[in-house]
Amino acid sequence: MSMFAGILIFLGLALAFGLLLGYAAVRFRIEGNPLAEIIDKKLPQTQCGQCGYPGCKPYAEALAKGEAEVNLCIPGGEPTMIEIAEILQVEPKPMQAEATEPKPKMLAVIDEDICIGCVLCIKACPVDAIIGTTKMMHTVIEKECTGCELCVPVCPVDCIDMVMEKPNLKNWKWPEPKAAAERTE
Amino acid sequence: MTDYVIILISTVLVNNFVLVKFLGLCPFMGVSKKLDAALGMGLATTFVLTLSSVMSYLLYTYLLAPFELEYLKTIGFILSIAAVVGFTEMAIHKSSPALYQVLGIYLPLITTNCAVLGVALLNIGEDHNFIESAFYGFGAAIGFTMVMVLFASIRERVDAGDVPMPFKGAPIALITAGLMSLAFMGFGGLV
Repeated sequence: MSMFAGILIFLGLALAFGLLLGYAAVRFRIEGNPLAEIIDKKLPQTQCGQCGYPGCKPYAEALAKGEAEVNLCIPGGEPTMIEIAEILQVEPKPMQAEATEPKPKMLAVIDEDICIGCVLCIKACPVDAIIGTTKMMHTVIEKECTGCELCVPVCPVDCIDMVMEKPNLKNWKWPEPKAAAERTE
Repeated sequence: MTDYVIILISTVLVNNFVLVKFLGLCPFMGVSKKLDAALGMGLATTFVLTLSSVMSYLLYTYLLAPFELEYLKTIGFILSIAAVVGFTEMAIHKSSPALYQVLGIYLPLITTNCAVLGVALLNIGEDHNFIESAFYGFGAAIGFTMVMVLFASIRERVDAGDVPMPFKGAPIALITAGLMSLAFMGFGGLV
């Protein structure tokens, strides 16, 4: 008698817990990877691909899976790296040497005499800063260009140069004092 | 009422499950590298421990004892603990993805955290009633969380300190745990 009661009780328990967990699985269903979304929001969204991933979203997904290092986002620099490390609860890693010292902002400029209108640079540009169409000369919208250099290698006639941004009233600033720069290092 | 306060003080300080009874040492060493993770683990364990000690009590009193199935209590408790942990895991995954990422493998391991089964069995052994079981489980969990947070804070500082080479990592952590256990012996005789 007691044996059958035991079997019945455990069958009933297993059934009840199974139903509870089944309900919970439906109730707490996760769409995609929420961690990737959180990291994606912290990334600069320039889609520059300097991290080695096709854009900010794929890099965020790789980070969420733990497949990527936290220090690859060059436009985001150290602040972004620290934010990502905080979200993932890992030790912050120093940025690569070239990323730590702030580069002067560069702009892509198309030499319009050489441009053959192949549209390859338009496809490469992550922020749609290049305008033009097939067999017509292209040009760069200075305001939109992030200086990511992705258009440089794709140009078949090497007509794109990276130049220093010309200082104007909006972006001019005092040159950094030497002593202060050395102290912060 | 005094009884419940005594149970709480006794489980949190005097008979602390980690440092005095030496139960639940796996998460104690495993998830105590970062303060945030330790606190998260403590809270998850608090939820599981309180709920599972109540459920184990109900299971034992109303299903096993009337049918003289006391000898099946261990497997019954494990079943109910596993269900509660599975539920908690899904809830945390939904509500706090970052915490889920950090707790990682240790979350399912709450199932085999011997403190959880220990509380369920000790409740039966000490003839606690329903409310006492709940307080006992809750107190044990608060004690666990407190020790986790203290230990994680100490470890974060020790990591920054100048530890001699042979003691780096696990050895210094074990020595720290030993010293904390010694310190908690001081609470003996409080209740």
